[in-house]
Amino acid sequence: MNSFLVFVLFTLTALMLVYLYRVVRGPSVFDRVLGLNGISTKAIVLLVVLGSMFERVDMFVDISTGYALLNLVGALAIAKFLEERGAARE
Amino acid sequence: MTIEIPLLILLVMTAAGAILVKDLISAVLILGSYSFALALVWALLGAVDVAFVEAVVGAGLATVFFLLTLFRTTEKDTVIRRPPVPWAAILGLPLLGMLLLYGAGDLPVFGDPTSPASTHISPVYLENSVDQTRTPNVVTAVLMDYRSFDTFIETIVIFTAGIACALILRKGDK
Repeated sequence: MNSFLVFVLFTLTALMLVYLYRVVRGPSVFDRVLGLNGISTKAIVLLVVLGSMFERVDMFVDISTGYALLNLVGALAIAKFLEERGAARE
Repeated sequence: MTIEIPLLILLVMTAAGAILVKDLISAVLILGSYSFALALVWALLGAVDVAFVEAVVGAGLATVFFLLTLFRTTEKDTVIRRPPVPWAAILGLPLLGMLLLYGAGDLPVFGDPTSPASTHISPVYLENSVDQTRTPNVVTAVLMDYRSFDTFIETIVIFTAGIACALILRKGDK
């Protein structure tokens, strides 16, 4: 069971690296925003996987919920920023 | 423990990307993903409280504050022009890194029960905190009770900084 969780953890981290390529290289700002959102969803799942590895899921679910809420606020701020300006650039 | 290595690679890559990217909004976004990776590393080390603060402050609030700052700058401020890196930095910084790694070699292994951190005062907190403070969470007991003056003065510092920011950013009368 534990080796399965480790496998899931490695796979999710590899997926985050793929998203990271899009965030760092991504030609337009929208690519970067979408990449960041993908990374944050992977991070939320990864936290729950870590929690089940440590058998403290109750504690880690709290953090991942906080992640998700804060990610929503950050995405809204970025969207607001791009609405005012920046969409025309690059 | 091999699980840490991909996360640490992710951490280094995001940090390098935030430095190397050309415009500021991209740097802000990459810095957000850096905070995500850092919070995952904290969670992996068992420091769940620190991970929570890193997620809330680093990935959430700092991104929003950086974007608010970019709102108030003009278009030409957001493109970064970099001077070429001096040779002294290229030669000196790897030496500094090797020095830090050499110093870190003397640190006790993570989770070592005989290290000074887990033999000096931690057992006292762990054994007595419930009796002395009536708080089920040891971290909260240490922060809010044993180190209450420290926490109190930190709160004063943050409150002062908040007032100063509010005064600077105040619109209208000058």
